[in-house]
Amino acid sequence: MISIKNVRKIYSSRQGNVHAVDNVNVEINEGEIFGVIGYSGAGKSTLIRMLNGLELPTEGSVTVAGRVVSKIRGGELRKARQEISMIFQHFNLLWSRTVRENISFPLEIAGVTRKERTKRVDELIKLVGLEGREDSYPSQLSGGQKQRVGIARALANNPKVLLCDEATSALDPQTTDSILELLVDINKRLGLTIVLITHEMHVIRKICHRVAVMENGRIVEMGSVLEVFKNPQQPITKRFVQQVTEPEETKETVEQLIEQYHSGEIVQLTFVGGSAEQPVITNLIRHFDVTVNILQGKISQTQSGSYGTLFIHLDGSKDEIAKAIEFIGTQQVGVEVIRNG
Amino acid sequence: MDKPYFQDIDWPGMWAATTETLYMTAISVVATFILGLLLGLLLFLTGKDNLWENKPVNTIISAFVNIFRSIPFIILIVLLIPLTTILVGSMIGENAALPALIVGAAPFYARMVEIGLREIDKGVIEAAKSMGASTSTIIFKVLLPESMPALVSGITVTAIALVGYTAMAGVIGAGGLGNLAYLEGYQRSQNDVTLIATIIILIIVFIIQFLGDIITSKIDKR
Repeated sequence: MISIKNVRKIYSSRQGNVHAVDNVNVEINEGEIFGVIGYSGAGKSTLIRMLNGLELPTEGSVTVAGRVVSKIRGGELRKARQEISMIFQHFNLLWSRTVRENISFPLEIAGVTRKERTKRVDELIKLVGLEGREDSYPSQLSGGQKQRVGIARALANNPKVLLCDEATSALDPQTTDSILELLVDINKRLGLTIVLITHEMHVIRKICHRVAVMENGRIVEMGSVLEVFKNPQQPITKRFVQQVTEPEETKETVEQLIEQYHSGEIVQLTFVGGSAEQPVITNLIRHFDVTVNILQGKISQTQSGSYGTLFIHLDGSKDEIAKAIEFIGTQQVGVEVIRNG
Repeated sequence: MDKPYFQDIDWPGMWAATTETLYMTAISVVATFILGLLLGLLLFLTGKDNLWENKPVNTIISAFVNIFRSIPFIILIVLLIPLTTILVGSMIGENAALPALIVGAAPFYARMVEIGLREIDKGVIEAAKSMGASTSTIIFKVLLPESMPALVSGITVTAIALVGYTAMAGVIGAGGLGNLAYLEGYQRSQNDVTLIATIIILIIVFIIQFLGDIITSKIDKR
């Protein structure tokens, strides 16, 4: 559906050239939810803007839904943009238009008749759950409602691709979740390909099938979300994964525990997919002569399975502990000793 | 003290002068609105990072606007005498004031239009682009509606300035309340004539401001 080949974007400034996007290659499949994560300035914003021609690559080509977006101009590009919609961090609604008129805007651009427009707008309002707010102005809506208008507007012309530019970054966590659920629902119902950029791993975890991690204009890591969670390679990826798997205070807690327990070992277990459902701890206690103390744990759901971490304290004879750790390793559970007792 | 108040006032003459002032103001406001809007749009669109970014054109329009905005109005009238004679055929009468009024006010309004357009959130223009909007769609369905409160309050201020300009134009023989206040009031020492002419001008200004405020608050949905 989307193919980004050898794309570079170089901004020249007085201080020299800046490589905003550096040799990026990505293939995104039809019906996929693809996430790009990175800190601000990583080039993700430039990258997503190349998908609808708001930015042009300095080198390389961008093909979306069979059209070479990086080459076409004028009317052809405008036509293509009707099939590649975008939603924005700050919603970018027209304050001078009501909800209904805002959603109608892309239909006016596409030359849809008034009667058809009314019908389509009604459908969209229902789809995004804004019944009763049709005649409100954006200033009378909450952030979440504004983004719903943004989504309805983006879907008006039945696009093939939806680009989300930090679409939930201006929303509170609860509203973020409801907007993400709406996006998943749309993806399933309409088979829409969604590309989103974000700096929140939570968003990636919750809805993406695949993820690319960007740093300094390059994609440093890419793969299925579960795979990346299970086995992050780059330091930056590890940091992002920690955002969702480890509660903020984990480090402090572990340090405190080390002080507290003078014998035994503190072990971090990592569960991915099916292994998260196995009774590892029960087996551990049954087969080995060790005491298990559960310290802290968390399980996160992703689109392709669950992922979790568990901190436990093992106590007993050195021999038994070593055997126990070895046993956990054979259970498709990641194991890492935090400290030797 | 012996004579009764307002005995010098020729009321039909005062009414005629009022309609002349209203006529000059109305025509020049309409023309200024159209011309200023065009110039303001051009200034905005040819500006940096905009739809028709074009440095030379922008510099030329900007220079033109700045020059005509800074010439004192009374001097502008004199400078425009040749042009006015060609256009109107005379230097006397309300129509003779129009070219100077419009040339004086349009650049002033153009800057206000430009400021109003610059206040539009860039993201909204980008959103329209991302939907496949053409430049004309962006102008008529995004830029103008989204800046309408600024455009209306701008033309209100300009219209009030124009009422003042018509009074000045009156001095050089364009008719209207300014002319009346100067010739009948000041030169013949009939202070009551000057007073009444001033009050009428004040009333006109208040009405314009009142209408402008009502319309602005009605269309502003932010």
